[in-house]
Amino acid sequence: MISDAPVLQQTSEPAESAAAPSRLSRYVRPMLGILLPLALALGWELVVWLGWSNGRLVPPPSRVLATIAELARSGELVRHIAATLWRVGLGFAFGVIAGTLFGAISGYWSLARRLFDPTVQALRAIPSLAWVPLFILWLGIFETSKIALIAVGVFFPVYLGVMGAILSVDRKIVEVGHTFRLSGFAMIRRILLPAVLPAYVVSLRVGLGLGWMFVVAAELIGASEGLGYLLLDGQQLGKPAQILAAIVIFAILGKLTDWLIEVGAAPFLRWQDAFGRAKGA
Amino acid sequence: MLALDRVSKTYPNGVQALARFSAEIRQGEIIAIIGGSGCGKSTLLRAIAGLDRASSGAVTLDSEAINSPHAKIGIIFQEPRLLPWLSVADNIGFGLADLPAAERREKVARALERVGLADKAQAWPRELSGGQAQRVAIARALVPQPEVLLLDEPFSALDAFTRRDLQDHLLDLWADTRPTLILVTHDVDEAVVLADRVLVMRPRPGRLFDQIEINLGRPRDRNSPLFENFKRSVLTSLDRSLDRSVPDRDATQGPGQAMWW
Repeated sequence: MISDAPVLQQTSEPAESAAAPSRLSRYVRPMLGILLPLALALGWELVVWLGWSNGRLVPPPSRVLATIAELARSGELVRHIAATLWRVGLGFAFGVIAGTLFGAISGYWSLARRLFDPTVQALRAIPSLAWVPLFILWLGIFETSKIALIAVGVFFPVYLGVMGAILSVDRKIVEVGHTFRLSGFAMIRRILLPAVLPAYVVSLRVGLGLGWMFVVAAELIGASEGLGYLLLDGQQLGKPAQILAAIVIFAILGKLTDWLIEVGAAPFLRWQDAFGRAKGA
Repeated sequence: MLALDRVSKTYPNGVQALARFSAEIRQGEIIAIIGGSGCGKSTLLRAIAGLDRASSGAVTLDSEAINSPHAKIGIIFQEPRLLPWLSVADNIGFGLADLPAAERREKVARALERVGLADKAQAWPRELSGGQAQRVAIARALVPQPEVLLLDEPFSALDAFTRRDLQDHLLDLWADTRPTLILVTHDVDEAVVLADRVLVMRPRPGRLFDQIEINLGRPRDRNSPLFENFKRSVLTSLDRSLDRSVPDRDATQGPGQAMWW
């Protein structure tokens, strides 16, 4: 998703003969990724249509789409998606804020790292789902416990990513900060965080992935709405098409939100002089 | 006046990098520090910059003790060390964060003009050549108008032509505000071109061995016999500094008196 503009500027001399195919490939290349799922879906549709399978347990794409359409028409779909997005969004936000703050503090102050990090690592070793019973006891069965669970899931990769990246920032760059008499939060804000931004984006994406994982866990445990609830409802009522519909929507939303982070971060990463950039998007 | 009073540095592993280094450097003077590897040149510079603390002794600038980086002391490293996420203009303005935006912009624009990179203001550091990047680093260090500018082998990574160009450029910039320059170098030619006074250091442990006043007007002609003479006396002194059998020469001896033998 990184803009091709600088590359095009540099190669502007060989003129349009070079620019034309690259403009074409800008639209074609992302489309390549869709070929495989599309072929699989069409293949299965054909298999069911030819009667080689009744498609009861694995419904063909047309039936899944019909289910989605039906849910959308009744307004159910929007309600479930909104509920899930709200939980992921809030949990992600809390997890990212806490992870960034603690990660930056532990990365910068070695005393803080010695004090906190062992505890955080121990907590990280606990499978996050083990918190569920406790969170339900503490925070109730409703939204708070779900959001807390998601936030916990997001916290660790962000914390670890920020701390690890700060520890590996080039000492020479940090020294530049020292010579301009930066320390504490000024050093973190003006030198360390910008330096770790590429790694930070990666840890945000990992965190978001975990956020989507934990929202399902949270909603399977007990919810009256949300995509996870659709999954559970589909299982209990024997509606595989509804389960698949929810899964497809998870995939779309997961990919979409991940893409949003990527696109949102791209303008801040234009300075990078990296292997991935040279090859274009 | 920058005063170094018996500055010593012993690293935690027991290596004594610097032993009782004393010197007084007048405001506006250009000093070159030269010596074999491991003679503590960089250690000395880092102590003056306040990046490392001396184990004993004192660095004072106008009778103010320097123990940490100081607003009046700037430093340029061997590598440009530009911040890759900031544009060239923002890199130059990095030390001016406290100024109002308009004033900062104006100073940065003037500095860009001065180092001949006005057209690169919005470029990323990765788009610059080595010489351009080092010019940005010089501008970044000079823009807060330090009284002392330290340079740690600033041109050693550049090709001979660019190096010469930047040496002249540095002198040109120096003439604007005449800060004290303290330059660590391996290059005798560079030392004689730039410096009013060359301090020769002796390794293991690093200490002052000799000092040579370069009484040449500016601009200096690199091909004049006088220039060659000064180069030779610095080289001689450098040779002697690496010979352990020769005792330290008292630093009170006059300028350019090292013998050629």
